[in-house]
Amino acid sequence: MPMSAIVALGVLTYAFRFTGPLLRGRVTVPAAAERLFADAAAVLLIALAATAALTAGHGFAGWARPAGVLVAGVLAARRAPFPVVVLAAGGVTALLRLTGVP
Amino acid sequence: MRTLWRTPLSAWPRDAALLRDVGLICLADGIVGLSFGAASVAGGLPWWVPVALSVLVFAGGSQIAAVGVVLAGGSPLAAVAAGAVLNSRLFPYGLAVADVVTSEYGPVRRWLVRIIGTHIITDESVAFALRQDGRSRRRAAFWTCGISLFVIWNLTVLLGVGLGSALHDTNAFGLDSTFPAVMLALALPTLTSRSIKVAAGAGAVIAVALTPVLPAGLPLLAALGGLGAGWTGWPGLLRRPSRPGEGGQVRDGGRPLGDDQPRDGGRPRDDGWPDAAGMDGTGYAGHAGGAGGAANDDE
Repeated sequence: MPMSAIVALGVLTYAFRFTGPLLRGRVTVPAAAERLFADAAAVLLIALAATAALTAGHGFAGWARPAGVLVAGVLAARRAPFPVVVLAAGGVTALLRLTGVP
Repeated sequence: MRTLWRTPLSAWPRDAALLRDVGLICLADGIVGLSFGAASVAGGLPWWVPVALSVLVFAGGSQIAAVGVVLAGGSPLAAVAAGAVLNSRLFPYGLAVADVVTSEYGPVRRWLVRIIGTHIITDESVAFALRQDGRSRRRAAFWTCGISLFVIWNLTVLLGVGLGSALHDTNAFGLDSTFPAVMLALALPTLTSRSIKVAAGAGAVIAVALTPVLPAGLPLLAALGGLGAGWTGWPGLLRRPSRPGEGGQVRDGGRPLGDDQPRDGGRPRDDGWPDAAGMDGTGYAGHAGGAGGAANDDE
């Protein structure tokens, strides 16, 4: 990832943040648009989680990684403490690999 | 804890509660930062990539997304696009906290405060600010949370980079699965309505199905097509509000947001979770109050 891309994302992000304070009191964001911002982000994160869990390059990532992520997902849905969720994912995957699962 | 926020006690115990909550969020985000730094270098990126992203972008979800796209072989352009879509929600956040990202002591100080304060607008700092009553308290909460997170986030990413470089076979430790696990843990709590669950599920299927055939990065953006499936926000988005204020909400700082309602559904929780979906997840939908939260209750 070249430095130019990092700077570009940094500038774009700063612009998103800065517009609000700059326009203070002069614009309204429709509730529906605000909802679109939030929900688009949720869709992207879930899609990213799914592809990062299941795929490596253009192929299947093997079973150990999605298994760990699945356990983490169940724990997260049950509102387990955040550190537990993250450690469980790595732990399950590591244990499976130790037993020879790819 | 919620009762404590509502009870008009003296300021001190509430500040103690604020500091404790900020500490918990810092702890949770610190774990994300460690994981982000370690997984980035373990995936083969040079050490300065996660470090520069953390300083310059300072939005965890988009950093993870950008690195995820690049590690999957995607182009830098796709990485920037994914990160930018994720960060577009910072725009309404900025409106929501505009009144605390300013100063009354002359134009120089005002701009200085704006320029610095802008950079620490995150899910967490905004959620913390909005749940306080009164502008001075909101200002204190915003700056305390924002600055603490900036310091902790960059330190832990740096630490994670060192950790990731020190380990030889990071896959043996399952480090690669902590990455998607973090994203899942950040995003799951925000899937509060049926509409967004369907959209997110469809988006995930689209992205995974297209991964074998499309260049890396594009499947992720194609996942936004999931919003076409069962997402119920379109009518509200396309219809113009008939009266000002009916379909929209002024999120400027002039309007006193403070009242005795918790602005974020009782968050942050006490169990060490990142407040509003981590450094950067999508938490506004579910909790940080205001229009986003209300509009989402369409179950």
